[in-house]
Amino acid sequence: MAANMPPPVDKSVPGYVEKLTYLESLEAPSEQRSRRLAARVWGGLWPIGLAILIVLAVWQLIHLSGWKKAIFPGPGATLSNLWHQLQTGLLWQAIATTAQRAIIGFALAVLIGAVVGALVSRIKPLRAAVGSLITGLQTLPSIAWFPFAIILFGITTQAILFVIILGAAPSVANGLIAGVDYTPPLLLKAGKMMGLRRLSLYRYLILPASLPAFVAGLKQGWAFAWRSLMAGELLVAIAHVPSLGFSLEQALQLNDAVGILAYMIVILILGLLVDNVFTRVDRAVRVRWGITEGR
Amino acid sequence: MVRQVSSVTVADRRAAPPVGGQRDSVRLTAVSKVFGRGESAVRALDNVSLEVPPGEFTCLIGASGCGKSTLLSLVAGLEQPTSGEVSAGGGRVAFMFQEPALFPWLTAAGNVELALRARGLGKAERRQRTEELLDTVHLTGFGGKRPHQLSGGMRQRVALARALAQDADVLLMDEPFGALDAMTRDVLHDELDRICAGRQLTILFVTHNVREAVRLGDRVIVLSSRPGRVIAEFAVPIEGPRRIDSAPVAELAARVTDRLREEMGRDGS
Repeated sequence: MAANMPPPVDKSVPGYVEKLTYLESLEAPSEQRSRRLAARVWGGLWPIGLAILIVLAVWQLIHLSGWKKAIFPGPGATLSNLWHQLQTGLLWQAIATTAQRAIIGFALAVLIGAVVGALVSRIKPLRAAVGSLITGLQTLPSIAWFPFAIILFGITTQAILFVIILGAAPSVANGLIAGVDYTPPLLLKAGKMMGLRRLSLYRYLILPASLPAFVAGLKQGWAFAWRSLMAGELLVAIAHVPSLGFSLEQALQLNDAVGILAYMIVILILGLLVDNVFTRVDRAVRVRWGITEGR
Repeated sequence: MVRQVSSVTVADRRAAPPVGGQRDSVRLTAVSKVFGRGESAVRALDNVSLEVPPGEFTCLIGASGCGKSTLLSLVAGLEQPTSGEVSAGGGRVAFMFQEPALFPWLTAAGNVELALRARGLGKAERRQRTEELLDTVHLTGFGGKRPHQLSGGMRQRVALARALAQDADVLLMDEPFGALDAMTRDVLHDELDRICAGRQLTILFVTHNVREAVRLGDRVIVLSSRPGRVIAEFAVPIEGPRRIDSAPVAELAARVTDRLREEMGRDGS
C-alpha cells in the first residue's frame, strides 16, 4: 500500500500553491493567434469570388447555347446595363426607398417581436395560447397577407410595413422565447442562489443567456422581412415612388429582361450584405461565449 | 476553522438556543423527499435528521442515488421537502455545484462581481472586493478571462470566489471537485482549508470520495441508497493541516469505506 503512495510534497515551501496555479493555468485552452489581416480577408473573399465566377460562366454558357436567344440576355449586357444605371440617380433613389422601408419595418418588427416574446415567455397562461399562434403566423406565407393589407391601408407604405412586421416579428419573438426557455437550469439555480430575483434575474441572467437564440431569431426575422418587402414592392406598386421592387415591376411592364436581371443582382447583393452582418454578430456572440472557437 | 465534533443528531432539538452568535445550526428534522406520484414515485430521502452547528465542516457521503444532492437542494431552498422541516439557520446560503455554473457572457471578474451586485454593493466596493476575492482563490490577473478561456480547476476557483462573494453563512458544495484531476483537487483542498480558516463558514460538502470527505470534514455522515437515510456518522479527530495521503486519514477512510461496503452489500448491489 505504502509503495503506491505519492511521494511526499513539502507544501510549506513558499509559492507551492502559486506554482500549481500556474501549472493549472497552462492547461487552460490556449488562444489561437489571429492570422494576419490580409490572410483573413483573402480567406473570406476567394470562395465568394469563385462562386461569382461559376455563376457568370454558367450564365454565359446558357447565353451562348442560344436558349431563348431573343429574350435571354447574357452577363455582359446585364452588367453593363447595371453599370450605367449606377451612374443615374434613379437606381440610388430606389435603393434608398427600399432601404428605408427595410430599416423601419425591421425595427418595428424587432420591437414588437421582443415585447411579445418577453411577455409570452414571462406569463405562463399566455405561453400555450400565444406560443402556437406565433408558430401559426410563421407558417402563413407573408405574401398571403397583402390583399388584406391593401384593403386595410390602401396602396401605401403602411401596407408594406404591416406585412414586413407580420412576417418578421414572429421569428424575433420565437428567438427570444426559445432563448428564455433554454436558459440552462444550472445557471438559473446559480442565479437564484446568488440572490437574483424577478427583475434582476431577468436582467442579469435570463436576457443575456438568451442572446444567442435572440440573434438567431433576428437573423431569421431579417430573411422574412426582406422577402416580405420585395413581395410588397412588387404587389403594392406605389406610383411615383421608385423602389427596387417597383423598378423590377416596371422593367417587366417594359419587357426589359436586362433591367430585370440588373435589379435582381442589386436585390441579391443587398440581401447578402445584411445577412453577412447578422452572421458576423452571431459568430461574435458565439466566440465570446466560447460556444465556437474563435477564428 | 472551528473544529468541533458534534454529537449524534437528535431530532427534537429545534428549541435549542442558537450557537455561535445569532446564527443557528443548519437543521433537517425528519425530512423525507418523494419525487413524482403514484407508482413512479421515487423516495429520495427518508426520515433524515441532521444538524450542522455553525462553523462546522460536514461531509455527506454515499453511493449514487442516496439523495445527497437532493439534501443540499432542500437546504438551499431550491426544493421543498415532502415532509419534515428544513432550516438553513437563518443565514445566507451559497451553493457550489459540480460544474462551475459560471455565466459564459461574463468574465471571471464579472461573475464574481454579479454576486456582489446581487447583494446591493456599490460600484467602487464591488471592484475592490472582486479583486480581493480573485486574489483569495489565487486568480490574480485572470479577472479579464472568460470562463471558456480557463482550465477546469480555475473555473472552479472562480465559482468558489463567487460563492464567497455572497458572504454566506452556509456554503453548500455538491461534489465541487469531482470533475478535477487529483493534483488540482489536492491544491483546492488546501485552499478551501485556508479560506475556511479565516471565516465562520458552515459547510455541507457532498462527495463520493471517502478520502476527500475525511481530508476535509470535521464530521463525515454516511447515507444509504434509495431511499437516503443517515446510517453512520464519523467524527474526524485528526488535527489539521491534514493530508489526503497521510496515514490517519487513510485509516479513518478505510473504516468509512467498510461501513459503506456493508451498506451496499445489504442493498444487494
